[in-house]
Amino acid sequence: MRTARALLLSILVATSGCGGQQSALGSQGAPAIHVEHLILGMVAVCAAIWILVMITLGTALLRARPRTARQDDGSEKPLTMAVSAAVAATTLIIAGLTIASFYTTRGIGLADSTALTITVKGQQWWWQVFYADSSTGPGFQTANEIHIPVGRDVRLQLESPDVIHSFWVPSLAGKQDLVPGRSNSLLLRAEKPGVYRGQCAEFCGLQHSHMAIMVIAEAPGAFEGWAATQRLDAVVSADSDTAAGQASFMAKPCAACHTIRGTPAGGTTGPDLTHIGGRRTIAAGLVETTRGSLAAWIADPQTHKPGNNMPMVSLTSTELRNISAYMESLK
Amino acid sequence: MTRDGDEFRDSSMGTAELHRRLAAIWSTPSGLWGALSTVDHKIIGRRYITTAFVFLALGGLLSMLMRLQLAQPEARFIGPDRYNQIFTMHGTNMMFLFAVPVMQAMAIYLVPLMVGTRNIAFPRLNAFSYWMYLAGGLLLWIAFVVDAGPDVGWFAYVPLSGPQYGAGKRADIWAQMITFTEVSALAIAVEIVVTVFKQRAPGMSLDRIPLFVWSMLVTSFLVIMAMPAIMVASTSLILDRLVGTHFFNPAEGGDVLLWQHLFWFFGHPEVYIIFLPAVGMVSAIVATFTRRPVFGYLGMVMALIATGVLAFGLWVHHMFVAGLPRLGESFFTASSMAIAVPAGLQIFCWLATMWAGRPVFKTPFLFVVGFMVIFVIGGLTGVMVASVPFDTQVHDTYFVVAHFHYVLVGGAVFPLLGAIYYWFPKFTGRMMSEVLGRWIFGLIFAGFNLTFFPMHILGLQGMPRRIYTYQPEMPWSGLNLFISFSAVILAAGFLLFFIDAIRSARSGSLASANPWGATTLEWATSSPPPPYNFARPPVVESLEPLSGDLETLPVASGLRVDRRELLTSSVVHASPEAREASPGDSIWPLWAALATTLMLIWSIFSPWAVVWGSVPIAITLIGWFWPKGVPEDEA
Repeated sequence: MRTARALLLSILVATSGCGGQQSALGSQGAPAIHVEHLILGMVAVCAAIWILVMITLGTALLRARPRTARQDDGSEKPLTMAVSAAVAATTLIIAGLTIASFYTTRGIGLADSTALTITVKGQQWWWQVFYADSSTGPGFQTANEIHIPVGRDVRLQLESPDVIHSFWVPSLAGKQDLVPGRSNSLLLRAEKPGVYRGQCAEFCGLQHSHMAIMVIAEAPGAFEGWAATQRLDAVVSADSDTAAGQASFMAKPCAACHTIRGTPAGGTTGPDLTHIGGRRTIAAGLVETTRGSLAAWIADPQTHKPGNNMPMVSLTSTELRNISAYMESLK
Repeated sequence: MTRDGDEFRDSSMGTAELHRRLAAIWSTPSGLWGALSTVDHKIIGRRYITTAFVFLALGGLLSMLMRLQLAQPEARFIGPDRYNQIFTMHGTNMMFLFAVPVMQAMAIYLVPLMVGTRNIAFPRLNAFSYWMYLAGGLLLWIAFVVDAGPDVGWFAYVPLSGPQYGAGKRADIWAQMITFTEVSALAIAVEIVVTVFKQRAPGMSLDRIPLFVWSMLVTSFLVIMAMPAIMVASTSLILDRLVGTHFFNPAEGGDVLLWQHLFWFFGHPEVYIIFLPAVGMVSAIVATFTRRPVFGYLGMVMALIATGVLAFGLWVHHMFVAGLPRLGESFFTASSMAIAVPAGLQIFCWLATMWAGRPVFKTPFLFVVGFMVIFVIGGLTGVMVASVPFDTQVHDTYFVVAHFHYVLVGGAVFPLLGAIYYWFPKFTGRMMSEVLGRWIFGLIFAGFNLTFFPMHILGLQGMPRRIYTYQPEMPWSGLNLFISFSAVILAAGFLLFFIDAIRSARSGSLASANPWGATTLEWATSSPPPPYNFARPPVVESLEPLSGDLETLPVASGLRVDRRELLTSSVVHASPEAREASPGDSIWPLWAALATTLMLIWSIFSPWAVVWGSVPIAITLIGWFWPKGVPEDEA
């Protein structure tokens, strides 16, 4: 089993990219670690069974046979014994695996009431994230990126206002659907700091493929610092391009769909942009956040993510440059 | 049974005279009219099988398009809208237009021959069933060609398929195609049940029924019990979309998960509806090519029935991440794992048969060996996904794509291809090529494993299903490219299979009545069989009626030869009960199917279609059932 794990991990490490880890193997959170043990154990047991069956099959087909034309009926007795034993073994193994599965479920447990609670709403095709009021300050809203403190249970409240989505960050926990009309919850926990990528796992329409989420696990102090920044309203820098960008943003249809706290922009159709410049990616994990990628996205969202709900707004090149600068400044 | 002095009975007649008279009364007239009105189960069965394989080829083409798109990250070969239609079509087509119909089609052809009767029960319903199936398939594919193909997945989860998010008529076409295929599947299921229960050859008591026939009997009961759930689901969906009912709308008191329960209450038994017939085919092939009966007949039959019963207690394992209560999920883990026991029993019985027998490595048997290798993997990954925590990681990933292709292709298509090689001489009177058969097996076996095994790894590496592309930074590009190349090998194998089938049907070497030395009744008549199957109904005295000399097979006599007549027998012991008239050719099933098609397609656009569209259906049914004034059976 150890070699199986090493083999699987080596495949994984050799191929893992820079966008944050997204794999059920090499897990970094307690729930996913429990499941990974179960996965490796079951794969090992099943592989052994398969090999045994194949050896039996090969022997049955190729063994040397007596020359007599037909067996006498007495020779069926050993076969009956063998088949009965195999069925009994199957039943025992199945029972064992079922019990192992139950214990894994129990080991994962449920988030208790003291856990940090984050509400995640799946939207076509992005993630809306709400942090509730806490002892350290009031709640706030963000999108497509969740920060969590390392070593602490986090309870995700999962809801959907449109179609079914599924929240899945495999390195930290198994998936859980976001079902309209229901509220599901998921225990999330990271043992080590890092960026863990996930993406929607339930087919949800045209851009199901581009609906990623980043979970950033950091030390409790760093997490509180991030949360404090998120609670603040947007600040406009003194830079003239940025100020012009803000004016264009408010004058154009942008503000009808997006909120930027501390400004008149209060639309709720699209993601909250108050601190978009501080997020790692835009458009639900589509590209890294840079001034260039922001400009490319704003100029033509339908080419980059065909079918998404953001329309192409006609802008002059100056307006485009200024709005991109403004977005980038919203750290 | 025999009444002396009746000149229209077969009792006193010479063989040549008997054949002449039976041919006159049972033959399908040549020409278009004859073809459209025939009720011969062999002609309809062949037609059904051929059509299903055409859909297999089309579905295969779709999968090659998907592999082309996924070979590289962020490829722009196919856009998301078309890709969603393609994977929806692939799944819908393979499940509803290929896998289920082809298994039932094999039964339409083989079951009446294997139980030694002259035609299937309700032969006109059989004709109707084929026309409905064809119409449903055409509806789906024409819609796809004109860019109105369904794009909501073969499972059509609400609300994505509901009135608010499923634009146009795409989801309606999906839902109504379901109705077509369900009607046709239910019709066949009823025919098979009645044929097996009431038309078995005298002496074929329950413990002498061939295992393939048993598997089709259990399958037919599964169809009868599972299909109504999906008809309720798809009809409710159409009502939600067309007249604004709110079955699945949480805002108005409906429930999104209700759809999933209904769909999977059908959807899981569906897997066994496809797999159990394959089990029967494997048993038939194993028995013939190991030169001995399948070990543990009673255990095999019990395993079939147990699988059929358990199949209805597993559906929630498709919903392990939907947020159901933990305790309920645990129950379904246990039941899903438990089905491995009857499956294991069958595997062990085949292994024991091979051990005790004398294997002959002809192409049909090669496919069975391939089935053993692949299906055991699929079964074991099935045990894995039955575990709730395991499933939370692999649900809706490529791991599951790999798993169910191992189960469905390995578990059903491999046996089916073996079965085609095995029964091809019976279907056509000609043999398929043994040399090409080995190549085809090799290509499909290698291509399949190279294509689908890496998908297990992709799934564990976090690649979800149903994505039209993935980003270059994800670690999936290498394996995806490898898979796409491997798929070409797999496709080449299937292409060669189609070439061999078409070539052999035209110019393969001629087959004798029993080219493989098999022991079941379909081999007791010529290849292909005459329109009346058996000149005189065979009488069965053992599980292997042909194990002795064909010339010594006992036969019954006393049937009339001036009208289509067959023997009905008792359910348990198959003691002869009556001479039953078997319906003659009729064009009315075709008209009835056309009228039903008109109503069903019209009802996609207007609820009034159900009212006015039923008028033509009523007229055609009156024509169909117009009394002829002759008694249907004589004791």
